[in-house]
Amino acid sequence: MKKTVLFGAMAVAGLAAGAASAATLDDVRAAGTLRCGVSTGLPGFAAPDANGVWEGFDVAVCRAVAAAVLGDANAVDFSPLTTQVRFTALASGEIDLLARNTTWTFSRDVDLKNEFVGVNYYDGQGFMARRDLGVTSAKELDGATVCIQTGTTTELNLADFFRTNNISYEPVPIETNAEAQQQYLAGACDVYTTDASGLAATRATFENPGDHVILPEIISKEPLGPLVRHGDQDWGDIVRWTLNGLIAAEELGITSANVAELAAGTNNPEINRMLGSEGELGAMLGLDADWLVNVIGSVGNYGEIFEANIGESTPIGLARGLNAQWTDGGLLYSPPFR
Amino acid sequence: MTMPSEAPKEAFRLSQLIYDTRYRSMTIQIFAMVALMLMLSWLISNTIQNLQALGKDFDFGFLSQPAGYDINQRLVEYSSQSTHGRAALVGILNTILVAFMGCALATVVGVFVGVLRLSKNWIVSRLMAVYVEGFRNVPLLLWIIAIFAVMSESMPQPRAFREGGGASMLFGESVAVTNRGVYIPAPVWGAGSSILIAVFVLSIIAIIAFRRYAAKRQEATGDILPVFWISVGLFFIPSVLFYFILGRPVSLEYPELGGFNFGGGIHLRNSLIALWLALSLYTGAFIAEIVRAGILAVSKGQTEAAFALGLRPNRTMSLIILPQALRVIIPPLISQYLNLTKNSSLAIAVGYMDVRSTLGGITINQTGRELEGMLLLGLFYLLLSLFISWVMNIYNNSKKLKER
Repeated sequence: MKKTVLFGAMAVAGLAAGAASAATLDDVRAAGTLRCGVSTGLPGFAAPDANGVWEGFDVAVCRAVAAAVLGDANAVDFSPLTTQVRFTALASGEIDLLARNTTWTFSRDVDLKNEFVGVNYYDGQGFMARRDLGVTSAKELDGATVCIQTGTTTELNLADFFRTNNISYEPVPIETNAEAQQQYLAGACDVYTTDASGLAATRATFENPGDHVILPEIISKEPLGPLVRHGDQDWGDIVRWTLNGLIAAEELGITSANVAELAAGTNNPEINRMLGSEGELGAMLGLDADWLVNVIGSVGNYGEIFEANIGESTPIGLARGLNAQWTDGGLLYSPPFR
Repeated sequence: MTMPSEAPKEAFRLSQLIYDTRYRSMTIQIFAMVALMLMLSWLISNTIQNLQALGKDFDFGFLSQPAGYDINQRLVEYSSQSTHGRAALVGILNTILVAFMGCALATVVGVFVGVLRLSKNWIVSRLMAVYVEGFRNVPLLLWIIAIFAVMSESMPQPRAFREGGGASMLFGESVAVTNRGVYIPAPVWGAGSSILIAVFVLSIIAIIAFRRYAAKRQEATGDILPVFWISVGLFFIPSVLFYFILGRPVSLEYPELGGFNFGGGIHLRNSLIALWLALSLYTGAFIAEIVRAGILAVSKGQTEAAFALGLRPNRTMSLIILPQALRVIIPPLISQYLNLTKNSSLAIAVGYMDVRSTLGGITINQTGRELEGMLLLGLFYLLLSLFISWVMNIYNNSKKLKER
């Protein structure tokens, strides 16, 4: 009996003992790779390609940070994480950065002791159903069976949406997007609900995407962004300004094609500060002066990443919408590099 | 001649702590104790330190916060506005439900297969061997997923039950097997049903009393009463009689297709069925071996002696072999029940909302209370296991060899 308790306590303490030391930047440099938590497989956002190389919109954030810190966008160890284990993995120090279409909420930021560094995709929760069900609105879903990933904000929004509209539903809890896809296609649930971008990405992989509709209701705000552990502000700053750099680069017209040329010096002082030919922004972060040159040179700016992974030219075909630059009527707005 | 001098009384030396058997065990125990305490204090201080580094505290207050998520299988009242504690309770009941159903079915399967494996019929015994080896040598998780996949991929969707959909309900429109689970009729307890239940309980008591009386009478006089038929009669006749006298208080509510799903009746979800069957068949294979070993452990001489006394084979089995075999069977059987109960946490694979999924999964994820949640979860499984072994030990003590 006593031994059982002891071993239990050991296991718990073992979990806790993994908690990270303060200077993540030093750890990443010493390891030579960035450990990045991503989705278990969501086409366009994070999925391995035919050669097993991870690619996608969230993966690009990992690669950008690796390029900024280590100068090599490929020096990333990817950990595919389910929704349930992602925060534990981050808190225990198993990963340095979580870029896993994770919604920024108050309790996750404050109570779960994460630090969200920004938003890389403004999303909202939607519903997808078979076209032949004839459903045109989410409010007609009374009594429907709904596939839902456990441990997500969508799970809570779903409960609230059905409760406030006074309709009932049967939740089918699932762990990963792939599992949801299999259950949904087998007809074990009528509706699949997750972030609208995820629905579009999932639908794009179906044999007949046209047989499925995404219902018009968007029932929540889902600002998705990368996050790091609470308590290491320096590391948080690096990730935050790498993301801001990607966004500002699009606004200022810095692309992977012209970044090397612009790095030599331009007559725009903000571009010069960003690319290191003026001022010491890189050194303030503890990075090389040409950190953003590495980032943009290897992954491109925000717009390039968007178009390459989830934009209208890809099978996923998402419009920029809210994720356009503020100058184009969207919400992307980077603080100035000054 | 020299007088044998008395051995000089030796003073206590420190080395005696190691070399003297009188002290050695004490020394070892004290050292082990100190090491244990040191390890424990290190564990605790390490935990506290790391919690501080993460800026977290240790607080069970989250259990009274609203959970915010829905659970599909609820044995007690629960909504998304209920507390995390309530969600944990729903999970606990779901765990106990599947563990109980699993233990019951595994025992039936195990005893059946264990006896048949000793059959003299070659085909029957080989078939049972194939079952045992097949189930016990493939990981349980694969069986759970396999059964779940078969259920959700190959069964018809609820809408296939509409006119012209090609699927139909079984047993006179009362049971629907769909890819979302099995819908069976639910009993509706009307007015007067409590009297009916009382009558049923009374007739069970009457059966037990009658059996005792019959056994006593047989011991005293040697007369054998037709115990079986009278028991069957007592079991059915009073209940059926009162069912009609009270004007059929219990009726059945049949599942009916409406909207997206079947409504009414009892919904046995795919996750429950997959977990239940896989746990039962997997553990049943182990129990079959335990039963077979138990029967083989009773020496053949016992059978021969019983036959020599003129006992028929089935009486030999029930009066001579099984009581002795049980003594060998019960202790390992307890372990199998414990295994099954703990293996039910594999529910995660099919989304069955057991306590690991509610308290140990969603609640931990939404509140960030990993340490508290895992401790509670561990404590629950510990208590449940201790309770099962306590109950089974009582049974074991009633069956074990009485030495007088």
